[in-house]
Amino acid sequence: MLNRQGRPSSAGQAGATNAHPTFTGNKALAQIEPLLFEIGRYNTTGVDIDEPEAFTPRLGGLERKEAIGLPGLSEPETMRHFVRLSQQNYGIDTGLFPLGSCTMKHNARLNERMARLPGFSDVHPLQPVSTVQGALELMNELAHYLMTLTGTKAVSLSPKAGAHGELCGMMAIKAAIEARGEGKTRNVVLVPDSAHGTNPATAALIGFVVKPVPAREDGWVHVEDVKERLGPDVAAIMLTNPNTCGLFEPQVVEIAKAIHDAGGYFYCDGANFNAIVGKAKPGDLGVDAMHINLHKTFSTPHGGGGPGSGPVVLSERLAPYAPVPFVRMKDGGFELVEQTNQAGGPAAPFGRMTAFHGQMGMYVRALSYMLSHGSDGMKQASEDAVLNANYIRAGLSDLMSLPFGDKPCMHEVLFDDAWLKDTGVTTLDVAKAMIDEGYHPMTMYFPLVVHGAMLIEPTESESKSSLDLFIAALRDLAMAAKNGDTERFTGAPYHAPRRRLDETRAARNPVLKWTKPGPVAEAAE
Amino acid sequence: MRYLPLSDTDRSEMLARIGVKNVDELFADVPKNLLLKAPVDLPRRKGELEVERILSRMSSKNVPASSVPFFVGAGAYKHHVPATVDHLIQRSEFLTSYTPYQPEIAQGTLQYLFEFQTQVAALTGMEVANASMYDGSTGTGEAVLMAHRVTKRRKAVLSGGLHPHYAEVVRTLSDMASDQVVTMKPDVAGSEDILSQIDDTTSCVVVQSPDVFGNVRDLKPIAEKAHKHGALLIAVFTEVVSLGLVASPGSQGADIVVGEGQSIGNALNFGGPYVGLFATQSKYIRQMPGRLCGETVDADGNRGFVLTLSTREQHIRRDKATSNICTNSGLCALAFTIHMTLLGETGLTRLARVNHANAIKLADQLAGVKGVEVLNKTFFNEFTVKLAKPAAEVVEALAKKGVLAGVPVSRLLPGAGLDNLLLVASTEVNTDDDRAALVAALKEVL
Repeated sequence: MLNRQGRPSSAGQAGATNAHPTFTGNKALAQIEPLLFEIGRYNTTGVDIDEPEAFTPRLGGLERKEAIGLPGLSEPETMRHFVRLSQQNYGIDTGLFPLGSCTMKHNARLNERMARLPGFSDVHPLQPVSTVQGALELMNELAHYLMTLTGTKAVSLSPKAGAHGELCGMMAIKAAIEARGEGKTRNVVLVPDSAHGTNPATAALIGFVVKPVPAREDGWVHVEDVKERLGPDVAAIMLTNPNTCGLFEPQVVEIAKAIHDAGGYFYCDGANFNAIVGKAKPGDLGVDAMHINLHKTFSTPHGGGGPGSGPVVLSERLAPYAPVPFVRMKDGGFELVEQTNQAGGPAAPFGRMTAFHGQMGMYVRALSYMLSHGSDGMKQASEDAVLNANYIRAGLSDLMSLPFGDKPCMHEVLFDDAWLKDTGVTTLDVAKAMIDEGYHPMTMYFPLVVHGAMLIEPTESESKSSLDLFIAALRDLAMAAKNGDTERFTGAPYHAPRRRLDETRAARNPVLKWTKPGPVAEAAE
Repeated sequence: MRYLPLSDTDRSEMLARIGVKNVDELFADVPKNLLLKAPVDLPRRKGELEVERILSRMSSKNVPASSVPFFVGAGAYKHHVPATVDHLIQRSEFLTSYTPYQPEIAQGTLQYLFEFQTQVAALTGMEVANASMYDGSTGTGEAVLMAHRVTKRRKAVLSGGLHPHYAEVVRTLSDMASDQVVTMKPDVAGSEDILSQIDDTTSCVVVQSPDVFGNVRDLKPIAEKAHKHGALLIAVFTEVVSLGLVASPGSQGADIVVGEGQSIGNALNFGGPYVGLFATQSKYIRQMPGRLCGETVDADGNRGFVLTLSTREQHIRRDKATSNICTNSGLCALAFTIHMTLLGETGLTRLARVNHANAIKLADQLAGVKGVEVLNKTFFNEFTVKLAKPAAEVVEALAKKGVLAGVPVSRLLPGAGLDNLLLVASTEVNTDDDRAALVAALKEVL
């Protein structure tokens, strides 16, 4: 059963894997770990706190009367529980993590140490500004780096992640359009089919009407397709560049000019900025707003799904609308503008994205990365990222299919599933077989414009020998698929902490928390 | 460059294998005149020692909470985080993994998210919780949008006790989406008449408890009135430790509970990253924002966990998604879960009692200072005092004496005529000496 993108919608079949079962179910280092709720005890705590002296509560009679239902563990048990859980995870430090569009590069531990300096980690967002001048200096320095690298005039640091940055950028565009008196009429946002799902979701969230720009066979957005859709109703285009097919948009300057001539703005999704840092400035390309995923390009850890950080750089035309808060120089020090009516001058902040000032912990890590690399190192990193992706392309192009022909890519290379035709093996199967070979799979089934997409982004963190091994593994898999070794794929993974998981069952009957097993629960089933 | 493994020889060999003469041939699609020839105008690479020196210098210009008697709260709280928490979240396999799109090799992340969801649901007294939001404020914005989807109405009523930053986040989002927001006047006493604002066009009422001025609010009458008119009650908290001692929002009739989880497991971090907690009733799960982790089985029949109900989400539904959120606060949620596991019910409720007891001691001591009036009848670990002088000046003067006394209300609500009000928080970190220092310094300044 396949959906529109050729993605299987049910789990694969089982295969016998456990030839030598153990009594415990454990397999040497691979330990089965129960849920906290199955091993914890309600009267156990791993934190020693003394009871306070007697007091009369001042809670207005709203004291909690019922038990909460939170089991605890002693400290050694807690340590073991979470260490065992961690051992069921694959991280960048485990091996190559070629997840396209996600930029899984090395996370330097220096950055972790810097973020934990007490002057950054142990300061409160609302303590007097006079006591956090170093923190504001760091934010100002980060802003300077981001503006210099992107060739833009302003940056709003506060968005909490990429999609939040998109929202911030699109809000600035909306505010600018409203200031021009065109708020009622200019409400269309053009989004290419190849865009990240966050783009149309963001535009729709604040009332824009999303109109797609169809994909062309060469993987590029064509200026004539954009021009056809331009008019007095178009507020902006949201274009990812380099795009999600791993290609730089060669007509980006013409597209920017066309949208500007028609009175609209150019929002650039900066998820793929890692390919061009130090090589080209988005501001030079005509970008009005672009978010930067500090957790991709500037190596702040992904942490299993966040926290991220998504500062947005803005062109001069959008700069006045940047939200509060922001840092500015004052009397040789720094001040923090926290209220929209305190901005002064031409500034007309559209509002506030979040409580406080954004992801300070991520700012420190990103600046630590930038200081370490320097302008020369960041340029080299982009070049190496692009070189590594093209090296993989060159190593696999004879066995796997490239939907847009064998042409240079940016920092990620996109294959489709044409090469799997008639093998009985799908993109998902290849991904799961890669797990058995010790690799995290590439991004699969994205972008949607390509059937059975496999998007591979090695990043600059991989050595040549690591890439050679990866290419060899994929070549072996490709040959196996073509030679009818189907079971290797359809039953995979065989060697992971779990076999293939049944996602359909999870969605059909959602179990989203642990519930105490008992006669009542059984009766309900 | 220590982070880049390729040597120049590697690069030459790879270029030859690809079939290009130099790396810029791979950048051929970038307009020639815009391809930068030289590195941008920023400093060159630096060794680890040098970077550490630069950043340490910046860090040393700040006053850390642990270095002084510290009473600053208003939505972010200084608590003690056990060493175990920070060690565990720095495990490579947690720190350097991605959103668990490949569940077979991400059971570690998925299982702790399942445990996190269970803990959050229990704490809030709700049926289901998601796998975290960015923080409490953005979670509140998402809760309002969710209420609009559930009720098919577009008017939110915000309590005057809602943290002003949270209210502004909601207003910004609502203005942009052309939704209506009614914001009540700042409600220092926790006695506003919010019931009269609820009618048949109301989508949701957003009430914080303990509110930004510290008052513990009775949510039951608000829930009743809201439900009578087909509206939802969104209960907000900024101090999650309070839930160890105060009746859960779920038990008081809340339909959506959203709040800040920073206090458990997470450092102050100058405002972020934090972790938003988001919970609701089962009947609304398909309208929820954010990631959800669910239980299932693998091909061998073993229990496992996956991200689920993703048909709500942006990567499937695009412009019809319930939210645009993608990356959330995974690692901060892990920190929360580890700290909560260490505490357990016994530790959390004791921690909450210590916080409340410390705040009571402080309130009683401050009430004895000339020029200080404690305004709250009820509070958990934070309360409002009225000073004889503008609070911003007093705070600045106390900072010079090495005491961080709290948040002047004027910093959150400038021009509201509340300039002499100060928010004072007291947690388990405060000692008798800290309280004595604050009292002594206040006596000198007032």
